[in-house]
Amino acid sequence: MSTAAKSPTTQDTAQMNGAEIVLKALVEQGVEVIFGYPGGAVLPLYDAIFLQNSVKHILVRQEGGAVHAAEGYARSTGKVGVVLVTSGPGATNAVTGLVDALMDSIPIVCLTGQVPTHLIGNDAFQEADTTGITRPATKHNYLVKDITKLAQTVHEAFHVARSGRPGPVVIDLPKDILMGKGEYKSAEAFKRVSYTPRLDPDPKSIAQAVDLMLSAKRPIFYTGGGVINSGPEASAALTKFVRQTGFPITNTLMGLGAMPAADPLFLGMLGMHGTYEANLSMHGCDVMVNIGARFDDRVTGRLNAFSPNSKKIHADIDPSSINKNVRVEVPIVGDAGRVIAALAAEWDRRIAAGAKPDKKALAEWWAQIETWRKRDCLAYRKSDSIIKPQYALERLQAITAKRDDVFITTEVGQHQMWAAQYLKFQKPNRWMTSGGLGTMGYGLPAAMGVQIAHPDALVIDVAGEASTLMNIQELSTIAQYRLPVKVFILNNQYMGMVRQWQELLHGSRYSESYTESLPDFVKLAEAFHCVGLRATKTSEVDDTINEMIAIKKPVIVDMCVDQMENCFPMIPSGAAHNEMILGPDDKGNKGGGAGPISEEGMVLV
Amino acid sequence: MSKNDPIERHTIAVLVDNEPGILARVVGLFSGRGYNIESLTVAETDAEGHRSRITIVTRGTPMVIEQIKAQLDRLVPVHRVSDLTMEGPHVERELALVKVVSAGEKRVESLRIADIFRAKAIDSTIGSFTFEITGSGEKIDAFVGLMKPLGLAEVSRTGVVAIARGERGM
Repeated sequence: MSTAAKSPTTQDTAQMNGAEIVLKALVEQGVEVIFGYPGGAVLPLYDAIFLQNSVKHILVRQEGGAVHAAEGYARSTGKVGVVLVTSGPGATNAVTGLVDALMDSIPIVCLTGQVPTHLIGNDAFQEADTTGITRPATKHNYLVKDITKLAQTVHEAFHVARSGRPGPVVIDLPKDILMGKGEYKSAEAFKRVSYTPRLDPDPKSIAQAVDLMLSAKRPIFYTGGGVINSGPEASAALTKFVRQTGFPITNTLMGLGAMPAADPLFLGMLGMHGTYEANLSMHGCDVMVNIGARFDDRVTGRLNAFSPNSKKIHADIDPSSINKNVRVEVPIVGDAGRVIAALAAEWDRRIAAGAKPDKKALAEWWAQIETWRKRDCLAYRKSDSIIKPQYALERLQAITAKRDDVFITTEVGQHQMWAAQYLKFQKPNRWMTSGGLGTMGYGLPAAMGVQIAHPDALVIDVAGEASTLMNIQELSTIAQYRLPVKVFILNNQYMGMVRQWQELLHGSRYSESYTESLPDFVKLAEAFHCVGLRATKTSEVDDTINEMIAIKKPVIVDMCVDQMENCFPMIPSGAAHNEMILGPDDKGNKGGGAGPISEEGMVLV
Repeated sequence: MSKNDPIERHTIAVLVDNEPGILARVVGLFSGRGYNIESLTVAETDAEGHRSRITIVTRGTPMVIEQIKAQLDRLVPVHRVSDLTMEGPHVERELALVKVVSAGEKRVESLRIADIFRAKAIDSTIGSFTFEITGSGEKIDAFVGLMKPLGLAEVSRTGVVAIARGERGM
């Protein structure tokens, strides 16, 4: 044992192996939890994990689940989510989650094992070109081929993942690098010169933006995930500023929670399944203030008919998001929180100097918006017997409304849109959903990640039966770590959104959208050491929800809902904001309703 | 975005860290987002700083060109993106090696034309010449066109390299 003779400091540095260097760097970066799955190429890292207590490892059941869990963890805490998977299939299974995080700007660091450097390119066992495969799936990726660069790479990866527009970063770690000896270096020793995202907005564009806002007669705020990513202070500042101006505000799917849903200035979500008042206000506004949203096609509808008479301000931390889909008058590059602070300061300065917003015009605008609100676009046909999915969510909302510790994740489909419409988010970081990529199977592992970060909170995965089956294996993880996650399945036995589109676009030919032989979710829950509950009648909904909340264990609720219910309002693809379908009776081309879906629209997804 | 926007040709210089995969990042960005590459050249230009310079000639509407630059600038190993077409006068050059296989009068004529174009014969056999020619893309096109009836056998071109005129640097 020659090392015993050396001083402790030498031991700290020169004597570490690659795996220990990685772990030490993770600790320095503040990592508390890793979601992962072991395999041959990452055995040295798992050995290092075994020998320490600072970082907790959560063993998932499939690598895809690890990434979504890390996303839920990251989204609900504002921290970087960390994933550890092995080479080859471990890495390829992680790809969907990486693209999901890329599309929704979630900070993730994913460590992937790799075959030893001398075998790279030889089609070795469990070898895949991970950096090649994940290049367009990540914000950035690294293959570490030199142990002297290992610590630096890990530190840099965290910096890239969390700064600017956040996103996923992959570090591919060949096994010989993990086993080789090297020196640990702290993060302070490095700085990447080629990557310096701009955070502070240009004061000139802020002044132009406030000019426009002061002259506005029909203004609207349209804010997105960028505000959430900027931290809870940004949401608080936004709420304050919006109230100061008295302007209406709508949020994107990713931006829900930035403005308290209970605030009368909040018009609800916009876009394809957004509210009537939000979409018509976007269509009719004369000044649009977009902060941290990216004019996604689900939001804009047909581009050449999108908000045709407005001057647009667009603040985004990513310059490539500006003028990508929609040309804007005032581009602002900067962090959402800093942009809001700068706008508010400039607004105050102008008001103090005697500037007068057009209060009369704003009052008229609000009067118009109130008439749209009166259409009550989220109304649906109630039923005393069969459970309407909207009713189940309305009751979930009502029963949990007084609690301050509710976190919601979703899968993807009708239930996701209903959740966005009927659940009311009063705070940021409480809503985890797969927006950009639309990944079925996201919600269950994401809920797991959220519950790890918030052990005492009420974490509910609002799910569809089809989506949740895509990552159902994670129930085993949930059981292992005794996570009291609630899986709230709106079970209509269809891939509901697919069925809805087939009804609207393909003559109700429900091709392969019905699932035969679904599992008995109550028995499934029991098999995975959870509690299963089922409701089949409207009268059972409240009791079932109350029981679900009362049980301090993981619960699967099988809400057997109306199979043919569709999600409204809806802007059909290829249509404009003022061509919404409001409900099942509004399918035709009656006044105000949408015409038949055009050929061009059918091509769109 | 209007379908009637004019298509413009832009020459863009990109200064990057010379690290593995950087070219794949740039090329993948262009193919993944459906941008057009007319030519692309790359080589290390600063060995000490491990920097390479990529010159890309692309075509697109002004909005697409703006997107290309913003997307390039977003790549972590990219230091600077410079739109030479926008930023003032610049010079563009391309180098080509042109092999001509012929005999008799055609062979003599190819040598005469090469002389007019200030192309150098850098390899010759009894039956062939290989010319090196430098200039604008149009000049090389013209030279290659003239060589066609004179026994043109093979062409290798570098693609455009470019630099701003005057004292401005990147």
